[in-house]
Formats: sequence, structure tokens, C-alpha cells
Amino acid sequence: MSTTEIPATEGGAPEVDPNAVSITINGRAVAARKGELIIAAADRSGDYIPRFCYHPRMSPVGMCRQCLVEVEGPRGPMMVVSCMTPVAEGQIVRTDTPQVKRAHEGIVELLLANHPLDCPVCDKGGECPLQDQAFSHGPGESRFIEEKRHYEKPIAISDLVLLDRERCILCDRCTRFADEVAGDALIHFTSRGNNTQVLTFPDEPFSSYFSGNTVQICPVGALTAKPYRFKARPWDLDKTESTCTTCSVGCRITLESSRDQLLRHQGVDSDPVNWGWLCDKGRFNFEAVGSADRLENPLVAVDGRLTETSWSVALRAAADAIAAAIRDGGASSIAVIGGARGSNEDAYAWSRLAKALGTSNVDAQLGDGLPTAVFGYRQATIDEAANAGTVILLGPDLKEELPVLHLRLRDASQKRRSRIIEFTPKASGLSNEAWKSVTFEPGQQIAAVRSTLTDTSVVSQLNKGPVVVVVGRANLAESSDLTMAALAAIMELVPQAGVLPVLRRGNVRGALAAGLGAGDAVSILEQAVAGRVNCLVLVGADPLSDVPDADLARRALAAVPHVISVDTNRHASNDGADVILPASAFGEKDGTTTNVEGRVTQLGRKVTARGTSRPDWMIAVELADLLGIDLGAGSIREVHDQMVVTQPAFSNIDRRRLAADPDGVVMAQVGSAPIAPPTPSVPERPGFGFRLVVSRKLYDAGHNVANSPSLAALAPGAALHVHPLDLGRVGVGEGARVKVSGARTSVIMTIVADDSVVRGTAWVPWNQPGGNVGELIDATALVNDVRVESI
Amino acid sequence: MARLSDENVRLAKEIIARYPRSRSATIPLLHLAQEQDGYVTNEAMVHIGELVGATSAEVLGTASFYEMFKFEPVGRYLINICGTMSCALMGAEDLMHHAEERLGVKLGGTTPDGTFTLERAECQAACTEAPCLQVNYRYRFRVTNDEFDRLVDDLAAGRLDAEIPPHGTVARVRQRVAADRVVGAVDPELVTESPVWLDGKAAL
Repeated sequence: MSTTEIPATEGGAPEVDPNAVSITINGRAVAARKGELIIAAADRSGDYIPRFCYHPRMSPVGMCRQCLVEVEGPRGPMMVVSCMTPVAEGQIVRTDTPQVKRAHEGIVELLLANHPLDCPVCDKGGECPLQDQAFSHGPGESRFIEEKRHYEKPIAISDLVLLDRERCILCDRCTRFADEVAGDALIHFTSRGNNTQVLTFPDEPFSSYFSGNTVQICPVGALTAKPYRFKARPWDLDKTESTCTTCSVGCRITLESSRDQLLRHQGVDSDPVNWGWLCDKGRFNFEAVGSADRLENPLVAVDGRLTETSWSVALRAAADAIAAAIRDGGASSIAVIGGARGSNEDAYAWSRLAKALGTSNVDAQLGDGLPTAVFGYRQATIDEAANAGTVILLGPDLKEELPVLHLRLRDASQKRRSRIIEFTPKASGLSNEAWKSVTFEPGQQIAAVRSTLTDTSVVSQLNKGPVVVVVGRANLAESSDLTMAALAAIMELVPQAGVLPVLRRGNVRGALAAGLGAGDAVSILEQAVAGRVNCLVLVGADPLSDVPDADLARRALAAVPHVISVDTNRHASNDGADVILPASAFGEKDGTTTNVEGRVTQLGRKVTARGTSRPDWMIAVELADLLGIDLGAGSIREVHDQMVVTQPAFSNIDRRRLAADPDGVVMAQVGSAPIAPPTPSVPERPGFGFRLVVSRKLYDAGHNVANSPSLAALAPGAALHVHPLDLGRVGVGEGARVKVSGARTSVIMTIVADDSVVRGTAWVPWNQPGGNVGELIDATALVNDVRVESI
Repeated sequence: MARLSDENVRLAKEIIARYPRSRSATIPLLHLAQEQDGYVTNEAMVHIGELVGATSAEVLGTASFYEMFKFEPVGRYLINICGTMSCALMGAEDLMHHAEERLGVKLGGTTPDGTFTLERAECQAACTEAPCLQVNYRYRFRVTNDEFDRLVDDLAAGRLDAEIPPHGTVARVRQRVAADRVVGAVDPELVTESPVWLDGKAAL
């Protein structure tokens, strides 16, 4: 029994925790919690019980029977499945008796009866729970001499995942994950008995955004991922832990490499963030790091042509461009946009350089986010959101933009912890989960918020417990003022709510906190068009594909005399640059990153930087040197230490704590609640037109996806989506080419019927291969309307 | 062929309404699909998924668990000859060989005119009447080769239509529940009091 003293309450009686249960495992007392499973309690006490189907983040099913243990019962010891049996007061568990050993060996022998034992050619061999536990808990040899079951191997169940049914032990992990966690029950057990197998429906692939997780949790080599198949053996892989910066959820991952090449990302179970899950984009876009398109050497424009050169020449050219710009138009004629793709230190070094030069024209967002005022509201964490009584969603489709946050909120709803009230211009991945899903036409969100949140049943729900508002940019074809006004309306009605701003780009939160949020990208570009920007520095930014208003971005870039691009790749926006400085990519540099909730974690460096590329912070420091500015930091550690001192949001970030705790530290809240903006008056939608909604899909034409061969083909492509009933209004059939006209110009698009679109609106996915919806977006307009005509 | 007909969709909705959760109607709807087409088509499974709010993979997963759902066309008459112990001892093998010869198909095959499918079955629980067989799950006992020939002739000539409906037919008289007799379907989560049988003597 436990000898810890129980603190006495004032009355003298010991305080009894109603949820405490004490059990005995192998003769030692173990403190457990009510409802806990024996296998989980044994994990904590260090008594390992072999298992295949049990996964702590999914509901137990008792499929594999490997975790049998002995529990003392009224008629002596009995065998129970420890992943299905909850602890009970006084329970006596034994995991090490001869009977238990016999049972474990028997189950391993049965599981191996049909297993092909092709370990030498199996990707899983070397890190395979079946292989490992056959050694540790198996009988050593099999009595099964008959012919094993045979299937065609392997079959593709999606573009990314292959299934070898001969290796499968039917543990139900992948199918359970698909149904319970991802909500995409596209794989299922079919048939029965000896013929039971995991399969998709014919011609309906397992095209889930989360399919890669099934490969990671498969306890055998039945599921393999195309990007990793036969690339390395597990014992050749070298790993380091890091944070994924594909989007801003900040999932913890391992970077795994062999021969200095990134070959795999695996999810790490970070309790406050990703619970071990990853989206397929984050899991497989390591291919972009090793892509042949990466820049290896600096480029400078010679007679209008970009030519490879040395760093000293390129840095000198960049410094000259900056100096010339200051001479011609003063420091304010220099602008820096971008920085959200790098580390906190990268962003901080660039913000310091801009400040030292004397310009406040810096923005880490590209007119596609929200004003920094949103950070003034009381900030909520992902955990707070996923445990709130009510979650109010006023943002993009999280399944498309921040997939793992989608999983966390889906879990909150599925387990009935939270009720979701969703305000969205288009049905989202959470609409079916939502307690109330309110769709609105762009411009009507404030009215929608007011009428919904004052409903009696909603008011009583909001009063039941904590409320978190998840707010982001749901529509790139409308002004962020509308989102901010709708948020203000929510906060007026639910002042106690916490706010979780969901800006999408990798380290946007950190870049803004590091000082790259003083300006506004749209107004910077407008100044550029007016001829007031002489030098534009693009730090990992591609305005031509990221700024919603394509016309503005194009005119701005044409008007700026000097463009300096710090980037991993060539793209449309740096084609006309004076200097391109190759930057190190994710996985090639140290530093810290900040996720959507302000959680700062350490990045890992796994592979050598490509070519002569350098981290962004180093480029800023060197450039400063050439301009005669001493940034006072010559190493990443010094940049970090300076950032922690000068940037209030980072004031509580302790390097030692970051190193000790992989889950990181949530940054301090800075600023106070903004004054509610006036309600914008939205123009009426013309009767003949459609109100435009533009939002992101997970897979797009961004360089991360485009340079990952396994993912590039998954981008759905550009098309105009309208409600099926609106298709008739246009007078064309599905798949027809139509002329879509905005205020400035017209583009030709394919029209498709889509019942997730609200009537009277037209939805176009952002930044798709071959897409040009940006032509229809006017960044200065509150909302954008289009006319659709048959051609 | 393919998706459920309008009339069957109407029926399907009636069936779904009987259950607290619409996916509970999956199996009755699969029967309906099999009745419509003689077997369960992929299109019907997709349609059922749409009707009950499940993915097609879930519908297939459920359907494929059951032997009596067929996923490929079967003849108008499905003849199952039992091959388990008693029947085997009483000449089931002979009967199967005879049936194969008579119909001109192997076990598992369907005659080219789509009238007969021949299958070997496990015990049909009529061991005292061995060898036995079923035609569309209707028994025939102590079947001799001659009797088998006569059975096939009668079926082909339509003389047994009154007794043996085409494969897939669930019922020839469909039960209709009047609207006022339907017990309200309550979502299990909304039930707060414990069921009466849990209440010990009060249940008596």
C-alpha cells in the first residue's frame, strides 16, 4: 500500500479522492484512476504487457487478445484482456505468471499462423511490434505447417498508402482510426472468419487527409506509405525531434533521415497539441526539402538575367540595393514581407534589421490573415478549446487549413465534451459534428452571430461552461474587417470567452510576435504601386501566389525597382528579383517556432543545408554587417537571447525549459482587448451575381505541395463551385466552361455543382494549379461579387 | 439494376424511420436491394450508405459479413446442397455430382440462362432428412437424383412459382405498420431512466 501521507482537511478527516483506485500489479501497489484500463496502469508501473490493438488515443476493442493478464477472482486467478478491463479497488493483477506467459506465446503463435514472415523485405522490419513481441513474448517456433493464406500484395488503397493483407493481423487500429479519429470510415473489415480483410469500397480509395497515421500505428507491415517504401531500413534511420511548420498547429514530429536525406516524418504524441497524429501534408512534404528545385547558390540579375554567383557578391548586391533605396526614398521606402515560414529567430533578426534601417513596413502575413489586434483578446490554447463547453468557430474549414486542430475539436465533439457552434460561408469538415452550423453569405456574418448567439437555447448552452472562439480568415475574397467585427460581436455577447486565432502559415504567430507585424502587406503593396517602395525584401514570401488580390501583387512587384528574395525556391514573385539568396529549409536549421496558440517549441536540425544555403537570420545579420549595422548577435543563441529580452511576448520563454520540455512553453499574452470596430455596411449582392468565397484546400499549388511528388497530384484543381440549384440559374451543365466576371476583369473557369456551397455564393479553392481566382479579388472591397455567364 | 428504385426508396425511408439510429436499418435495406436485383450491387450499397448516413465501405463491411448477401449475379433459383456430415454420409457427394451434370455447371456456378446457381452449403440443420438441399432457402428433404431432376424441371417450367419466389425475395406479403401503431423511436442517448428489466422485482 502507498505510504504517502494523505493531507488532512480542516475537519481532521482525510480528504478522499473519489476517483483514486489502488490495485496491485505483480505484488506492487499501483495508484490508478477510476475508469483506467489495467494495461494503462501497468504501463505507468513499468510492467509491460504486450499488445497490438490497444492504442491509448483510441477506444479499446480487445481484438488481438495479446494483452491477457491474470486477475485474482472469487474462484482463483482468471485470464482477462487487460486493454478491456478497467481497474477496480483492490484488484490483484499478475502479468508474469507461467499461465500468462503461455497465453502470450499462444496468441503470438496464432497471429503468426497466417503472417508471411517476410521481414527481410518488409519496411516495418526492425521497428515492428509484431517482430519485437514475437521475440519477447512468442514461443520461438510454430506448430503451423499448413499453407498460409494468400492475397495479392500489396494493393494501393489510396494514392499514398498501400495494403498488404497477408501481413495484416486484423487489429482494427487503422479502421478504428479512420472511423473514430479521422471520421473518414473509408476502410473497413470485410468478409469474415479466415477471409476477414481490411478493404476500401471498390473505386472509393482511402483518400483521407489523415491516411498516413494508419501507416504509423499499424503494428505490422501491412500498411506502408508510398513516399517511404523501400527507402531505408529502420536501423539506418537517424532521428531528431522537431515541430512541423507546414501549418501553424505545430505538431511534434521526428525528422528521420538516412544518408543525409530526409526520408520520413513520424508523429510524436504531444499531449497539448497533436496526440501523435499528423496530416498527410505535414507527414509527406519532407519531399520538398530534398526537391531538385531547391536553390543552392545565390543569384543576382545581370543584364536582366538571374545568374549564379557567390555569397559575397550577392550580399553586396543586396546591401547596395538597400542602400540605394534609402538614398532615393528614405528608410520607409524599404519593405519586408514574409518571415512566417522560418523560425522565431529568423523572423526576429529580420525585424531587427528592418527596425535598424528605420522602416516599419514589415508584415509576416500577406493580406490573407487577420489584424494583430486579434491577439489582444484573452488567448486560449488548443487544450482549452478542446475542453471548452462550447466552441464557437468563426473561421476557415479547419480540416483544410489546420487538420490536426480539426481532429482535436472533432474529438471534443465526439466525446461530448464540447458543443460546436459554427459560423461558416460554406459547409466545412466539422459541419456534421457541429451542434449548430450556421452558414452565411459573406457580409452577413455579424447578423448571423447576433441572431444565433441570442437564441435562448444557445444562451443557456454558453452559460454552461467555458467558451472558446476559434477565429480565422474563412474567406480570402472578403475583408478581414468583417471577421473582426463578427468577432467583436461575439465577444460582446460572450465576454468571458477565450480566443484562439487560427492564422494558418507555419510560424506566423511567432513572426508577428518577433516584430514582423508592424505594417500591413496590402498597404505596403499599395504604396509600392504608388511608387513609394524602392526595395522590397521577400523573406520566404511569394506575393503573386499568396496575396489574394492578384492584380495588386502584380502591379506592386512591377513598380518596385529593387526586389530581394530570401527563399528556398524560385517562384513567380522572385523571377524579376535583383538578388535571390538561398535559404535553408525546415529540417536544415536550428531555432524555435511558435504555433497557433503561442506555444514555443524547439525545431530540430537533421540534414545538412542544401548547397550554400543559410538560415534567414544569418542572412539578415550578414546583410546588416555590410550596411554598417551591428545587430549585436552572431549566433542563433545570441539572436534567441536578444529576442527573449526585447520582445515582450517571448519574455517567459526560457531556453532551458524549451530544451527540457518537448511540449514547449506558451508565450505570454501581450496587449489588451481591442476596441470593437464599427460594423461595416455591406453592399447588397446584385440580383444576377454570386458572392465570392475563396478558401484553401489542404493540397494546393504552394511550393511545399508542388515540390513533393507524392502530394502534388492531390491538389483538386481550380473550379467554380456553386450550389446545385444555382447551376440552373447560370443555364449550364456540370463541368461547363463559364466566364466569371469580377469588378475588374473576367476569367474562364469550369463550373461544378457542390451542395456544401451556400446558395447565392460561389466558392473557388485558393491557389490551385492552373487557378487564377485572385484576378477576381479586390483587396480594398469589403466583399467581392462575380457574374457567371455561359460561353 | 443499380440504385434502389423510387418505390424502394420510399420503403427504405419507412424502414429507417422504425429505428432510433438510421444506420440500424442497414441490413433490412440490404435485403431490399437484394430483392430488387437478385443480388446486392455496388450502386445499391452506395445508395444505402447515403440513406443511412454511412460510408460505402461501412455498408460493404457489414454486408460482406453475411453469407446470404450475394455480390455477384446469382440465378433465379439458388440451390444449396448440404455437404456436412449426415448429408455426406447419405450421398450428398453423389447428389452434387449429379446436380453438376444435370445443370451443366460446377458448384458455385450459374447456368448460362441465369436460372440456376448451384452451391455447396454447410449444415442446414435437417440432418434427419439427409441428404437435403434448399432452393432459395426452401427445404427439400431426402433428395434422390430423380427427385432432383424433377425439381429442376418443375422450377424451370414455373410449376413451383407459388411456393418458391425468385432469389432475394424477403417476403411476398410486406408487413405494413400503420402510422398510429409505430412506437416512437427514441435516441438511446435521450433515455434517462433505466430499463424496466434492470429494476428487479418491479419488472414482474
